[in-house]
Amino acid sequence: MPKIIINGKEIEFEKGMTVLQACELADVEIPRFCYHEKLSIAGNCRMCLVELEKSPKPIASCAMPAAEGMNIKTNTHLVEKARKGVMEFLLANHPLDCPVCDQGGECDLQDQSMYYGVDKSRFIENKRQVKEKYMGPLIKTQMTRCIHCTRCVRFATEVAGVPEIGAIGRGENMEITTYLEKAMESELSANVIDLCPVGALTSKPYAFEARPWELKKTESIDVMDAVGSNIRIDTYNWEVKRILPRLNNDINEEWISDKTRYSCDGLLKQRLDVPYIKKDNKLQKSNWDEAITLLADKIQSINPNEIGGHIGDMVNMENALSFKKLFATLKSKNLEFREKKFYINSSEKINYIFNSSIKGIEESDLILLIGSNPRHEATMLNARIRKTFVKKRIPIFSIGDPGELTYDYTVIGNTTDDLKKILSNGHEFSKKLSSSNKPIIIIGESALELESGQYIVEEVKNFLKKNNFISKEWNAFNFLAQNASTVGLIDLKVLSKEDEEKNSFFEKLNKNQFKLLYLLGSDNLDIKKDNEFIVYQGSHGDRGAEIADLVLPSAAFTEQNGLFENLEGRVQESKKASYPIGEALEDWKIFNLILKKLGKFNDLSKFDSLRKEVLNLIPNFTKLNELPNFEEAQEVNTSSEFISESVNIKNLDYFYTNSISRASKTMSECRQIKQKLRKTGT
Amino acid sequence: MEKNMLKPENKIFKNLYNQLGWEIDHAIKRDDWKDTKNIISKGREWIINEVKTSELRGRGGAGFSTGLKWSFAPKEVGSRPHYLVINADESEPGTCKDRDILRFEPQKLIEGCLIAGYAVNAHICYIYIRGEYFNEGRRLQEAIDQAYEKNFLGKNACSSGWDFDIHIHYGAGAYICGEETALLESIEGNKGQPRLKPPFPALVGLYGCPTIVNNVETIAVVPTILRRGGKWFASIGKPKNTGTKIFCISGNVNSPCNVEEEMGIPLKELIDKHAGGVVGGWENLQAVIPGGSSMPLLPKKICDTITMDFDSLIENKSGLGTAGIVVINKDQDIIACMARIARFYKHESCGQCTPCREGAGWMWRILDRVVKRKATFSDIDLLSDVTKQIEGHTICAFGEGSAWPVQGLLRHFRKEIDSRCRDEPLIKKRTNNPYLVDQHLLENKNA
Amino acid sequence: MTLKKIHDDQPKEFKFSSENFKKAEEILKRYPAENKKSAVMPFLYLAQKQNSNWIPLAAMKYIANFLSMPYISVYEVATFYTMYNLAPVGKYFVQVCTTTPCLIRGADKIVRLCKEKISPNENELSKEGSCSWMEVECLGACVNAPMIQINDNYYEDLDEKSTKEVLESLIKDKPLKPGSFRGRKNTAPEKKQITNGEKHA
Repeated sequence: MPKIIINGKEIEFEKGMTVLQACELADVEIPRFCYHEKLSIAGNCRMCLVELEKSPKPIASCAMPAAEGMNIKTNTHLVEKARKGVMEFLLANHPLDCPVCDQGGECDLQDQSMYYGVDKSRFIENKRQVKEKYMGPLIKTQMTRCIHCTRCVRFATEVAGVPEIGAIGRGENMEITTYLEKAMESELSANVIDLCPVGALTSKPYAFEARPWELKKTESIDVMDAVGSNIRIDTYNWEVKRILPRLNNDINEEWISDKTRYSCDGLLKQRLDVPYIKKDNKLQKSNWDEAITLLADKIQSINPNEIGGHIGDMVNMENALSFKKLFATLKSKNLEFREKKFYINSSEKINYIFNSSIKGIEESDLILLIGSNPRHEATMLNARIRKTFVKKRIPIFSIGDPGELTYDYTVIGNTTDDLKKILSNGHEFSKKLSSSNKPIIIIGESALELESGQYIVEEVKNFLKKNNFISKEWNAFNFLAQNASTVGLIDLKVLSKEDEEKNSFFEKLNKNQFKLLYLLGSDNLDIKKDNEFIVYQGSHGDRGAEIADLVLPSAAFTEQNGLFENLEGRVQESKKASYPIGEALEDWKIFNLILKKLGKFNDLSKFDSLRKEVLNLIPNFTKLNELPNFEEAQEVNTSSEFISESVNIKNLDYFYTNSISRASKTMSECRQIKQKLRKTGT
Repeated sequence: MEKNMLKPENKIFKNLYNQLGWEIDHAIKRDDWKDTKNIISKGREWIINEVKTSELRGRGGAGFSTGLKWSFAPKEVGSRPHYLVINADESEPGTCKDRDILRFEPQKLIEGCLIAGYAVNAHICYIYIRGEYFNEGRRLQEAIDQAYEKNFLGKNACSSGWDFDIHIHYGAGAYICGEETALLESIEGNKGQPRLKPPFPALVGLYGCPTIVNNVETIAVVPTILRRGGKWFASIGKPKNTGTKIFCISGNVNSPCNVEEEMGIPLKELIDKHAGGVVGGWENLQAVIPGGSSMPLLPKKICDTITMDFDSLIENKSGLGTAGIVVINKDQDIIACMARIARFYKHESCGQCTPCREGAGWMWRILDRVVKRKATFSDIDLLSDVTKQIEGHTICAFGEGSAWPVQGLLRHFRKEIDSRCRDEPLIKKRTNNPYLVDQHLLENKNA
Repeated sequence: MTLKKIHDDQPKEFKFSSENFKKAEEILKRYPAENKKSAVMPFLYLAQKQNSNWIPLAAMKYIANFLSMPYISVYEVATFYTMYNLAPVGKYFVQVCTTTPCLIRGADKIVRLCKEKISPNENELSKEGSCSWMEVECLGACVNAPMIQINDNYYEDLDEKSTKEVLESLIKDKPLKPGSFRGRKNTAPEKKQITNGEKHA
């Protein structure tokens, strides 16, 4: 490996590194504003200047490629003077409004001025005043504070794929703005807030809420979709003040979607704090005693076959397992987690996870989407596809039209016939697919909801096996789950059996054969209520609670510990950052109450043992936060039924997919703006 | 004195004032396009070596060896094509030489493009003309069309076996586009913001392809050099500062003009001989900006003896730049003149990197206060600091370009500046304000 | 350079005239097919010419779609370069060079005349509505200072008298011929030298 001398110390570095990265290897910190690891290099803030031997001028270390034998000095008088000079320029037109600036306490400019700032301003001219810009309901702007690092511009063009932010004008009058000050049309837009090194772009919903040092920080997992983005939950007492991304290069890198970030105000609204019982056609406040007694009475009076249970999209695995156990005790088999009937082959794990892995997308050289819109179904995964597209210009194809994605793609067909042609090598695309090295096929839930769902899964798998694309080295078969609970619940087998078609959960539900329907945090199930007694257990007064006869308040995902399995089959722990509101309890504790009331033996009384059991039940489990281990794919029966039909990709109401986001004021603002944009078309 | 004058037969630009006609037929009579095919047939090595022998240095301001620059282009064409780009974005205050070449000697430029294009393996050449030179661009286009008609350009240009096309790209009013990488950005359809170097354009330039960027005058003298030999060119002027150069003499002279002269001609002779002398006589001279606005000015004392070439001007902490000579006599307010230049740089800063964006305006504001007699002595030290904080810390040379003229002013006219400053700060400090006493208590009568 | 103001009254639609459309296609041929973005600057000029010397937002959108560029990029380019007018200017658009070489030969007097004859402020239409003026940076004709640019043409070697004549000719809608107003040939030194000591302009 080549060597470089930094402050007299010789270190080895990898080829292709910049001087700044080499300095980091040598534990030498270089101040910077414009440089960001995940963005292209701009080199415009000039804060990272270092001295290079034999160079008359200091060099910008972020942009200079490290080369063998360079002698870099970062602690000399020249460097300090250069940086102090740059800092003075940055501060010259920067307002002195730190006391009213939300960035205070986590501001790069503030921090670095502690080292390189001068105590007294020599700039006595009038300071520049820049008009605030409107950038939508998420981003609050105070452009006078802008130091023109262009991180936001680069993020929008490179990562988000919506080049809507730019720097207009020139010289000292250059201004950062969106085109005609419209809201940014990206699901990743709020990441520019984290990127902004100063208080020019701050969070609108979080404006003046708290100072960073007052907040308790909990590292957790997001449950808005199945990606399992790593997040940090900042709480002030009970209240979740904000959610920030946490670096995880395998999943979300440094970004999170706007939904992940801003649904958190939904945790404060529409919350269920005490049990409710429907009396006189109206939900009325009650208490646990009354509620559990009522429920126990109902359970005992109803045939177990007529009791149905449905688990929602944000339920962790421990709670799901205890729910399953409850139903086992009740001797009911009518458990389900799917919101719509779609084909799942739960016989082996590779059938229902994203086998190529999110990071693996970067290695691929061809992507085929089948009935999936990753931009809305798994925003962070979509960002990874875009990253790969930008880096390698890989060809991307789709069966079914997903609408606007953040990269170029070709629709090669809209029907299952097109897929059949491809799989039987009768399509011009078949050749492209089989001649690629590392293809990725992503099957969305929209495809599995089709009557040929089984055909699509099994035949695609067969095709890939035949072409040696399902092997230890590379697995091209991917199912894109939409909900945080999906993969975990398939692992726990919370699935009504396919072979008992007539007696399946959905059959019974549609025929109103249930006398008791127990909804565990389930708000997206299509229910035509008849005479059944509906119990809703969850955190929000949403669709489920609306039709319920009995409401049991439970904790939201930020208020309890629990495991979630993301779409790659990676098991991650969501941590308790706050505590349940009012009389609400963790779900498994409620089941304990019920079992106790029923006088049945219960083994749910300890959370730790529940977790142990969950981990034992997960097939192919390796370690927390790691991918599952791979097994040889089984032979598949080839007798799946083919039906010619068109592949329509379901349009997700992106900002309204679950009970938390529906309760969020911020999300409904985003939704309104999006609808308006769609109407006016600008 | 006479021996220093450039001999008429050694002049390269014989039609600098359009006394002989710019059209291609007139140009051919002046030996343009003579033996071009022959020159090209001698091969790349020979061309580049001959240019190296001539010791031609770039006429755009930096004075980099042209032959050396051409030799940086990859020898073989790889997967990406090579480009030749001509910088005709002449915007440096005090400079208007390229304009005359574009208007009156376009065939010299076009022929030079073909030869240079061949030498650096480029089939396509873009000429970037500043947008204000609309008529000059139209004239050049006419000249290009004439060259196409005679088959001097296009497929098998000039029967040399080399295909060559020239396109004109207009700028739109941005001085910074004269910086070569900003110019490339501008051609690519972006804002003209300079790129980080390395990589240099010779390897990664226009559209990511190897690109050689040259000034108009540099390219326009190449055909004559190759026809008459590099040694002939090197014999004119001084060692390492060879050949002839177009000087633009403007400002307080009796007859401002463009003139082609030998490198190393004494400044005084240049002004007296060609520009009719300083208005009010040599004694009335206050200062001279020798090489376009970004070069530090020289006070009369230095002007008395200085010769106009790259190296002797650098010795005197200035530079030849574009050889745009601005003469300022004693009737002018020298500080106002330099404040106006500072305003120019404030207006033209691209805003990309911090020191230049924030510093250029700052310098102008301080100088403006000095002009208005509203500055204090501490402001002058501050001004000096600001120039040093810009210099050497920016992405491109614009930082130096904006700081140097102010440094020149501080170096040579410090007394003049000091005489306009006052001691006291503008706002008098209220000294009798009690410290740390609540204002409302003071205002309260009962307190 | 202060940020350009976008005109309040914007036309709803913009399209290249058929003649300009042909020109645009000609322009595209100059650049590699995969780099058609390069044509944005010439296209903005075309739009500006077509729309009486200023560029409406609709034209920027039209060009962005034409070249498959994001709107913001076209907007950035249009605001970066000074020669793109984003608000209407006079039929005769007078640009006065006031940078040092012109300044020391009396550009301030020309500015004063513009204020008198055209309008007291920059970028403001004159009373009869045909002229507007603005100060600009060096126009690259320093040897012929002071000078002004009216639309595409340079009026050089001016003094107070000739400037007055030029400006009045504009107001009368009969512009004088461009070029040197001291009758000299381009940038050649004048034979009849001005006597030492005489002031300029």
